[in-house]
Amino acid sequence: MSAQGATGDGATGEAGTAPFTKTEMMIVAAARELAGQRVCFVGVGLPNIAVNLAKRTVAPELELVYEAGVFGARPARLPLSIGDPTIVTGATAVTSMFELFAFYLQRGLIDVGFLGAAQIDRFGNINTTVIGDYARPRTRLPGSGGACEIAINARQVFVIMRQTARSFVERIDFRTSPGNLGGAEHAERIRREGGSLGRGPTVVVTDLGVWHFDATGEMRLDAVHPGVAVDDIGETVGWEPKVADDLRTTPPPSAEELRLIREELDPGAIYTG
Amino acid sequence: MDAGGSVPGKVTSMRDAVAELVRDGDTVAIEGFTHLISFAAGHEIIRQRKRDLTLCRLTPDLIYDQMVAGGVARKLVFSWLGNPGVGGLNAIRRRVEAASVAATGGPALELEEYSHFGMVARYTAGAANLPFFPLRSYFATDLPTANPLIRPIRSPYGDETVYAVPPLRPDVTIVHAQRADAAGNTQVWGLLGCQKEAAFAADRVIVVVEELVAEEVVRADPNRTIIPGLIVDAVVVEPWGAHPSYVQGAYDRDNRFYLDWDPVSRDEEATQGWLRDWVYALDGRAAYAEKLGEARLNALRPSAAPSGVVDYGAYG
Repeated sequence: MSAQGATGDGATGEAGTAPFTKTEMMIVAAARELAGQRVCFVGVGLPNIAVNLAKRTVAPELELVYEAGVFGARPARLPLSIGDPTIVTGATAVTSMFELFAFYLQRGLIDVGFLGAAQIDRFGNINTTVIGDYARPRTRLPGSGGACEIAINARQVFVIMRQTARSFVERIDFRTSPGNLGGAEHAERIRREGGSLGRGPTVVVTDLGVWHFDATGEMRLDAVHPGVAVDDIGETVGWEPKVADDLRTTPPPSAEELRLIREELDPGAIYTG
Repeated sequence: MDAGGSVPGKVTSMRDAVAELVRDGDTVAIEGFTHLISFAAGHEIIRQRKRDLTLCRLTPDLIYDQMVAGGVARKLVFSWLGNPGVGGLNAIRRRVEAASVAATGGPALELEEYSHFGMVARYTAGAANLPFFPLRSYFATDLPTANPLIRPIRSPYGDETVYAVPPLRPDVTIVHAQRADAAGNTQVWGLLGCQKEAAFAADRVIVVVEELVAEEVVRADPNRTIIPGLIVDAVVVEPWGAHPSYVQGAYDRDNRFYLDWDPVSRDEEATQGWLRDWVYALDGRAAYAEKLGEARLNALRPSAAPSGVVDYGAYG
């Protein structure tokens, strides 16, 4: 593995010419996955900055859709919440939330739904509701928001999250948003019965690497970020992970990608600090 | 205040509107998705020490964190429980998470949770007088187990199964808006959220506005009217009434407030201190705006970006 690259947030890597953080690498890797996509449903937090970066780099034609009721947003600054006024000014359309969820999402017009997660399992099932027992939770998380219906109705789902032993778990405590359930066959049947137009999760981008899903519906590590040793991946995953035979190393962020993040998208380092 | 007709003279004070229209035990919806959240109404409800409310909102946001801390709520009906862009809602979490509930010995706050589309569909069913609303969500999730009111139903026209949610009919819906006339005809631009649905679903409606305008202003642009005076009980004129949320074209979201609330709300004593200083000690929104100070408020004003003008045409 490359000895270069990001070794921790706050610590900087030295790939290419510019040092970068693990979070910056994660955002850049996620943005690159959006190349060629047309209509993207943007989630709160990290998805927000990744999608806005993609729009400025690999996917200038990307239509940004916000659950707050905006199609074709042209945010002039990084939206701090997904209801920021900057997503309204200059947008193609502002809709009621009913229209957005019913006509845009449920109608099948969304190519990519971008979600975050507190816990994920090997089949891409997501928990954002509770840690512990539902009725007496150890930690109460935000809940679904629009994630549950995005996971079901978007044509495909991208996940962006930090990868740790606490987040990549054998069993999630609560299934908020369905992934490939108990495997591809099971998921396919349930999606068919539910009239779902989507095919579920296709990419998971973390601060350590990039995962895609194989024919059985399980995620497989296809790339590690610069400076990440594949031997170190095991301790951040709560199951025996599948690793691609031709495991790649993610190309480090370009100077332009870093400039966009630091100067235009997140100058206050709110997401990347 | 007669909900039966579009009669003028619905303009009243926040104190009177809340005293008359919000009752102990009510189901209350203060809607507005990030945009146009009536913090002014929420604070007045705290100040009048209403009790046992069921509070409904897609995103409880800081306003319900403050109201729960103020002791007005028995139950929350919601779909996303967080401080947007910052973290958790700590006062609410203290009344939900096992360790802190056990430590205080108090009853846990009751939760009834949906997804965003589920909540929007509930208001829509309430507004349209339907017994339920169907949606393609919840398949193979734990949400219908956590909330048995989310139920699978078979299509009467085929083999498909979809999920149904029940209508939500608040006793009172409160919305903030850019402007209304004295009869309560209310106009909004920017994010529309589900205020229209929540208002039509409710038994009583309070509209809070930045600006009271003449009827002719409304009639000059009828496409922008989301709520007719027909269903409005009270109009309250309260500039800055949505702070620290925002009003498109008038003021920006005060993100510093959302960040500052996190450490305050992590500590119960600090939270109660904040309520004393910013709610109980003040007699209304004008005093609140004065306490915030002109410099802070002025920094939130955006520069202009007016829409083009459309021509409705004069006929006859």
